[in-house]
Amino acid sequence: MKNTSQLLRFITAGSVDDGKSTLIGRLLHDSKSIYEDQFLAISKTSEKRGMASVDLSLLTDGLQAEREQGITIDVAYRYFATPKRKFIIGDTPGHEQYTRNMVTAASTANLVIVLVDARRGVMVQTRRHTYLASLVGIPHIVLAVNKMDMVDYSEARYDEICAEYLAFAEQLGLHNITCVPLSALAGDMLVDRGENLNWYQGATLMELLENVEIDHDVNTTDFRYPVQWVCRPQTEDHHDFRGFMGRIEAGEVSVGDEITVLPSGRTSRVREIVTYDGNLQTAYAPQSITIRLTEEIDISRGDMFVKADYLPKVAKEFNAMLCWLSEMPLDKNRKYLVKHTTRTVKCLFASIDYRVNVNTLDQHPNSAVNMNDIVHVTIKVQQPLVVDNYDRNRASGSFIVIDEATNNTVAAGMIA
Amino acid sequence: MNSHIFTHLDTLESESIHIMREVASECKNPALLFSGGKDSIVMLRLAEKAFRPCKFPFPLVHIDTEHNFPEVIATRNKLAADLGERLIVRSLEDSIKRGTIVIANPNLPRNPYQSVTLLETIAEFGFDACMGGARRDEEKARAKERIFSFRDEFGQWDPKNQRPELWDIYNTRVHQGENIRVFPISNWTELDIWQYIGRENLHIPSIYFAHEREVIRRGASVIPVSDLVQPNSGEKVEVLSVRFRTVGDVTCTAPVESTASNVEQIIEETATTRITERGATRMDDQTSDASMELRKKEGYF
Repeated sequence: MKNTSQLLRFITAGSVDDGKSTLIGRLLHDSKSIYEDQFLAISKTSEKRGMASVDLSLLTDGLQAEREQGITIDVAYRYFATPKRKFIIGDTPGHEQYTRNMVTAASTANLVIVLVDARRGVMVQTRRHTYLASLVGIPHIVLAVNKMDMVDYSEARYDEICAEYLAFAEQLGLHNITCVPLSALAGDMLVDRGENLNWYQGATLMELLENVEIDHDVNTTDFRYPVQWVCRPQTEDHHDFRGFMGRIEAGEVSVGDEITVLPSGRTSRVREIVTYDGNLQTAYAPQSITIRLTEEIDISRGDMFVKADYLPKVAKEFNAMLCWLSEMPLDKNRKYLVKHTTRTVKCLFASIDYRVNVNTLDQHPNSAVNMNDIVHVTIKVQQPLVVDNYDRNRASGSFIVIDEATNNTVAAGMIA
Repeated sequence: MNSHIFTHLDTLESESIHIMREVASECKNPALLFSGGKDSIVMLRLAEKAFRPCKFPFPLVHIDTEHNFPEVIATRNKLAADLGERLIVRSLEDSIKRGTIVIANPNLPRNPYQSVTLLETIAEFGFDACMGGARRDEEKARAKERIFSFRDEFGQWDPKNQRPELWDIYNTRVHQGENIRVFPISNWTELDIWQYIGRENLHIPSIYFAHEREVIRRGASVIPVSDLVQPNSGEKVEVLSVRFRTVGDVTCTAPVESTASNVEQIIEETATTRITERGATRMDDQTSDASMELRKKEGYF
């Protein structure tokens, strides 16, 4: 079995003026994913607002509050499909609370479209978006040089912007970058090639989205299986059945494999891989399965099954990059909760080492942590967690921080 | 499964199973909202995949408007019985008798009042999490809702104050009296649902398939004639070949004209239709551009 990755999750990053909503509207419109009643609704609104043509950006306007104010306030998810793939767009507004919203949408994305305005080129925001994309580890980046119609479809201008961007991306260690020139307004090089960019030989934006290779976006080598739920039916048919239910977050597992249960370190062998559709010989990430073991050992939710070939760390203290999401600043004197895979433990921030200025990428020795701040911290946890570096494994390298007093999710963490 | 590739349906299915297992593990007293409609039938299959050979670690709950299509209620009862799972039914009629719902005319659409009975049922059983079959592609307000959607004591949703949801690490914590609505099929589209019904060979109520039905045309809508909906003077009853894309209150659920009589034909029609699911079929969502948002703020699931 092979993951043919028929589902691509992507986000767009850009300022309001970069034409982000128009780009999404255009992708939906030109791939015929807009329904007549939706189109009628935005046609009416465009007319009411005195616009000459239908404003496709209205398609991504969500809530009444936003429509009244003409802004978007949060992450919205859009869906469309072509015969090749199904797409989920995480749509984020391009202004206030940008960091928080982009990190949220980026956390599940395979790909980000970084939009720049061809007239303005690489801006401070472009660098910020790219840094955040690299922080959250979005595997693929497309630089979309938009508004080419405003620079007379100049190849030289496009080349200049791409060169500057690639040089910057190189500094961040980013490699999977593809550039594409386009005009979202005119529809050039999104779904159709158009007539105006004949000097460009590469793929259209839609072709890039349909064909980008994402099978290896998930770690396929290091088996990681956090136990979610223990199934003990205790019925006549299944009186001795004890199954460990979960989802394979990385790697694969076969019947007969020796597995280690962390943090206890006990070992056993896979006796059966059970699914509703029948038993499997081998299962792969991201399948949800049930594992039965040959030996009865004490296992509960929060434990992780791994294989001996690449072991994670069992840690009571670790470093992480943190994106603070809450309006209430981080309080170093308080204990918080960390939820990591299926385990939730109390934590303390042992040190706040530095804050990253997301515009300049400079590091500041600043100990106040406010909403939208990106900081490097050292975390101590009450019980050990089974962790990987986020770079190596997104699923076992990520966590959220919860404030017990409010029950709010106050931070997103990436283990470094 | 070894022989077939990991399709987008496999990805969505695994995600939904993962969500249901998180609910079962972390919530004290969850429930699964089940109406007998197509989305909740998909939810049942996902629950089977998530928990068998165990029993579901939650009951099925139906908030019954008693404005039903008989085929849907028959399917609801049969599926719950076949699975051997507990089905709790609470009716709007009970709330009306209690006086907590006051309606001028019993024949008018009842969807707006479902929230009342749902909240009463949550209080009666002390549910801290209710899983529902809503999807983000259905409607603009839903597109912004989290998979784990937090509600205050009044069951209200505050779209401006949602918890950030990162990766697939879900924050399930609530204070006493508050609860969460969980939408395991948030990322599915109408087309995915039909493809899954086809793939899993799920039994769904017959009214989803094309059939001859007496209808009346009112404005742009085609309305089914029933005990509750009779032609006004001057309205003509026609017999058309129709099917339902959504199933809700019988007085405000409109069918679409169709000859699709099996799942393959419905998939074909769904892939090429030019009208949204709710745009075509839910008269109550069309009263204003923000109807769903307002109802959700009031506690509608």
